[in-house]
Amino acid sequence: MEKLSIKDKKLEAIDLNVYYGDKQVLKNVNMAIKANTVTAFIGPSGCGKSTFLRTFNRMNDYVEGFRKEGDIIVDGKDIYQKMVRVEELRKKIGMVFQKPNPFPKSIFENVAYGLKIQGIKNKKLIEETVEKSLHQSALWEEVKDDLKKSALSLSGGQQQRLCIARALALEPSILLMDEPASALDPISTSKIEDLIYELKQKYTIVIVTHNMQQAGRISDNTAFFYMGDLVEYDETKKIFTNPEKERTQNYITGRFG
Amino acid sequence: MTNSEKNRIKDKAFQWFGITCTIIGLLVLAIFIGDIIAEGFARIDWKFLTSYPSKKPEKAGLYSAMMGTLWMLGLTAIIAIPLGIGAGIYFEEYAKKSRMANILEINLANLAGVPSIIYGLLGLEIFVRSMGMGTSLLAGACTLSLLILPIIIVSTREALRAVPNSIRQASYGMGANTWQTIWHQILPASMGGILTGIILSLSRAIGETAPLIVTGALAYVAFVPETPMDQYTVMPMQIFNWISRPQHGFQVNAAAGIIILLCITFLLNGIAVFLRNRWQKKVKW
Repeated sequence: MEKLSIKDKKLEAIDLNVYYGDKQVLKNVNMAIKANTVTAFIGPSGCGKSTFLRTFNRMNDYVEGFRKEGDIIVDGKDIYQKMVRVEELRKKIGMVFQKPNPFPKSIFENVAYGLKIQGIKNKKLIEETVEKSLHQSALWEEVKDDLKKSALSLSGGQQQRLCIARALALEPSILLMDEPASALDPISTSKIEDLIYELKQKYTIVIVTHNMQQAGRISDNTAFFYMGDLVEYDETKKIFTNPEKERTQNYITGRFG
Repeated sequence: MTNSEKNRIKDKAFQWFGITCTIIGLLVLAIFIGDIIAEGFARIDWKFLTSYPSKKPEKAGLYSAMMGTLWMLGLTAIIAIPLGIGAGIYFEEYAKKSRMANILEINLANLAGVPSIIYGLLGLEIFVRSMGMGTSLLAGACTLSLLILPIIIVSTREALRAVPNSIRQASYGMGANTWQTIWHQILPASMGGILTGIILSLSRAIGETAPLIVTGALAYVAFVPETPMDQYTVMPMQIFNWISRPQHGFQVNAAAGIIILLCITFLLNGIAVFLRNRWQKKVKW
């Protein structure tokens, strides 16, 4: 894998150890992620990949007993420094969760929420942003006539694309996705995957997935985690055809997991 | 007899046991209400509702007691609702798990079980005497607020807890702070539960007599309170006063008063059920 210059590093973890209480969930992880790429995190349940993903927007701060050593660098800045405001950080780093979690409000309000909490009142700007975001998440055609409808009346796949639109409305540069398609049917899944491919042009995407084929299809680079260790991190092609570690090979071919 | 037959009989038996228990409870309530209606219903007319108490039972009315109850309800609501919701939000959304929070929580659970007369004594010492409110509406309302605070706090917490964590995560994930998350997402989604708790606690408050006897509600009031510092009586006090008199006429008045008190309570509970159903339909996870 090519060495990244400091300028190319969008996200970076340096000597990262994460603990929940006494339990260590990430062990000395070092990783740099290049801008405008899709990086997939794979590994068996409980290997720490979701925890790792959430260190980048500090969503672990709410987990009881969370403690970390080492640094997380986003755009050249250590995001765990005291002076960093998490609210600002999260505007820059959108997140999509495993289960679609739209707010129990209208479609429009869901997408406009990010602007609203920033205190933006300009109606025209909000309307434009909502439309643009829904276009980007390939949902516009399906919902343009009933933006006032409750988001909960949408199908699971539509809800997930709404959650993506909601994240995009803040114009982040990074998108974290925690198994975004695991609760969806195959057709919705393929829509989400197409979408990720499109979004790569503008965003740096990190995606946790349990689906090996999915990682193979959509990602440029893949990181394999096992029991809190980053076992192997390389170009997806390489990981899937010729991994260096035997453990990676075994996981990918389905011999354990 | 085979095992499955035995089980079937057991199942049936328990079903009948359950039905019997239900019927006994309902029957007692029905007899009670029927008896009260038979005695007092004919006594209820406009004059009964708009007259002050009197020495003559047929002239006596519920006006000052009803007005007192309205005042009491309003003041108690103004005091208890913001305090209760605020404390509930603090416990559920802000408080980190600590020994202090634990102690507060245990105390809260205990408070909900304290007999109401004890609250009365507390109110007498703190509000009536120390704070110098005297035997006013305000002192009574403060006491009743203490009494229903635990109920409001607990029901607020339950309503907040019913909002799935995924909503909080979604909101935090978009850069909202805790207050924005609470205000824009958690409160609207839990409003049904919170309102239900508030109404049920208020309907408990209007039936309370003991704490108000202690904090100085009057038994005979021939005026309507005009400020929170005025003296007062409330409906249960008036009913209690009538019922303790020997003349049959006053017994009838008491029954009529009970019917009206019950009507108000049922009305409040009805509103609570209506709100709950309405909000539940609106918010489905």
